[in-house]
Amino acid sequence: MISPSTPPGLLLRMYRDMIRIRKFEEKVYLLFLEGKVLGTIHQYQGQEAVAVGVCSALRRNDCITSTHRPHGHCIAKGVPLDSMMAELFAKSTGCCKAKGGSMHMGDISVGAVPAIAIVAGGVTLAAGMGLAYKLQRSDRVVACFFGDGAVNEGAFHEGANLAAIKKLPVVFICENNFYAASTPMQLTTPVGIAERAAAYGIPGVVVDGNDVAAVYQATVTAVARARRGEGPTLIECQTYRTVGHSRGDAGTYRPKEEVELWKQRDPIERLRRSLIADGAAENEIAAIEAEADREIETAVAFAESSLPPQPEDALLHVYGEGVTP
Amino acid sequence: MKRLSIAEALREAMREEMLRDERVFLIGEDIGIPQGFGGAFTVTLGLSDEFGHERVVDTPISEKAIVGAAVGAAMMGMRPIADVQYSDFLFCAADEIINQAAKMTYMSGGTVKVPMVLRAPVGATNRGAQHAQSPEGFFMHVPGWKVAVPATAYDAKGLLKTAVRDEGPVLIFEHKRLYGKGGRKEAGGLDLTSGIPDEDYCIPFGQAVVRREGADLTIVATLLMMHRSLAAADLLAQEGINIEVIDPRTLVPFDNETMLASVAKTGKLLIVEEDNLTGGWGAEVAARVADSGFDLLDAPIKRLASYDVPMPFAPVLENFVVPSVDRIIELARAMVKGKV
Ligand SMILES: Cc1ncc(C[n+]2csc(CCOP(=O)(O)OP(=O)(O)O)c2C)c(N)n1
Ligand SMILES: [Mg+2]
Repeated sequence: MISPSTPPGLLLRMYRDMIRIRKFEEKVYLLFLEGKVLGTIHQYQGQEAVAVGVCSALRRNDCITSTHRPHGHCIAKGVPLDSMMAELFAKSTGCCKAKGGSMHMGDISVGAVPAIAIVAGGVTLAAGMGLAYKLQRSDRVVACFFGDGAVNEGAFHEGANLAAIKKLPVVFICENNFYAASTPMQLTTPVGIAERAAAYGIPGVVVDGNDVAAVYQATVTAVARARRGEGPTLIECQTYRTVGHSRGDAGTYRPKEEVELWKQRDPIERLRRSLIADGAAENEIAAIEAEADREIETAVAFAESSLPPQPEDALLHVYGEGVTP
Repeated sequence: MKRLSIAEALREAMREEMLRDERVFLIGEDIGIPQGFGGAFTVTLGLSDEFGHERVVDTPISEKAIVGAAVGAAMMGMRPIADVQYSDFLFCAADEIINQAAKMTYMSGGTVKVPMVLRAPVGATNRGAQHAQSPEGFFMHVPGWKVAVPATAYDAKGLLKTAVRDEGPVLIFEHKRLYGKGGRKEAGGLDLTSGIPDEDYCIPFGQAVVRREGADLTIVATLLMMHRSLAAADLLAQEGINIEVIDPRTLVPFDNETMLASVAKTGKLLIVEEDNLTGGWGAEVAARVADSGFDLLDAPIKRLASYDVPMPFAPVLENFVVPSVDRIIELARAMVKGKV
């Protein structure tokens, strides 16, 4: 069930973003197979409720840090689909001017720091971003996304501990999809992820990561705490990627029944059912879906008609330019 | 005699060393998961079925712990072969690599040995700046590590075996675009298989090979750049320009003699590397030739390397940054014609 206390208008908006992510990812996969999207992609199907639930609890000027699997986070934070698609097409109009690609997707103007593809690499940076907000007497917060695989990196421990002891305004969002590439979590992580919060003296909560309202509410609570200057929270969102780890991964290491079981728990289907049970009109939902289709078509057309960067552009942006007196 | 790819040759070397010496074990991420990948590039595929999960140790994503555990186990008499999925992640374990493994033997006055192998894939493959580096030069700088750079399947097997049997830490840099049989298509459709002898063999460190003979110019290059240099040399031969291509095979120790003998013959040296120019291994090699081969040269030493930028994602940008066959041809031709 979907938690009832979230305003229906918000639920519809969250549905819209989850659909935009799902359809974007499905389109990107096809474009990848067609050879239009190059390099590699790590996709987000199945985990949409996490990105959307979290980002719906943030303000535009709050920031996120993301991972090698960033498309969903970026869309939820408000990066335009046009510039994301163009980035994947390696065009000069891409959100990182074709320098970043899938794994470094982001747009600082909407608070999405270019994604960090070093597992757990964002955790210490998030602490530093929180430190800046604290020193600036700002009430901004950082939501730091990472996977279950990240919690066994030294960087996770160091970043979480620093944020905790300095009471920095960070919300740590662990997307526990139970696998790190091919490795199941039970082979790597002897205690529950949220339980680790106790080691840092911060709240640790487990939420159903396929229930967007539950994710949203847990984040609202954590964000409020962070804005009050009381420090970070670790939220473990239990979810599942219903696709391969990266392009071309057939996922042979996961039992078929397990994948099927999680497909039954599809976060978008669940929200849809609950919206309808709460009285949303079928045609309203259909309109949201049709609009997402159009938006994605436009994004593809934009990407296709955009120009690639000039080769010499590779030499730009290496150093910070200028000196501020 | 059979033909193997680099990935297969590395796998066979590990398998044979594990059969030969029970102290040898593997440690890394995703290396032995049932129905899994066999590591990021299939190199360890099947080894956990044969040797079990005690000797093929799957770890959490914890590069510091992977390398640190390999150092610790090596000190206590084991022969670990550790790997990171991309060489970029070596930096996550910089302390274990640079401050621990490299110095333990020295700090103990030679009483503690660290016989470990650390494998790391290098090279740009349209994945952006954090999955693209060729950091051989960084580690060549650290006294204590030997550094191998196999460009063929034959060398991969023989060098890995030597690495396992070495009494100190050895880094093996493998190129992502050279693993497969025909290489990835971006490698230019090379035949990347080698004939592998049936009997056990090791390749001693510090012995370069002359991959191609020629009197007009010496090119020293490793890994993918060695293959691109060979391709460039083939094309230049049609213009009557004869290039000698030297593959050092190990950067530490480095075979100065083979290179100097070649420069004595050609009088000209071009170093081609995939790492960015400043402070790469080519800089060190150039300095050595300037030092002890100055009289042999009849033109300045030239280096062709990636531009000094992080690796961009877009293929048009990446292809611009990394030395191509065309750029090698252009520079080599200009050098031979005395224009640079
Ligand atoms: C430091 C580092 N080590 C290894 C990798 C290779 N790698 C990329 S994604 C991944 C698995 C990550 O798992 P998890 O954190 O659970 O995120 P998920 O892929 O499930 O979203 C690995 C091992 C990396 N990118 N960075
Ligand atoms: Mg995971």
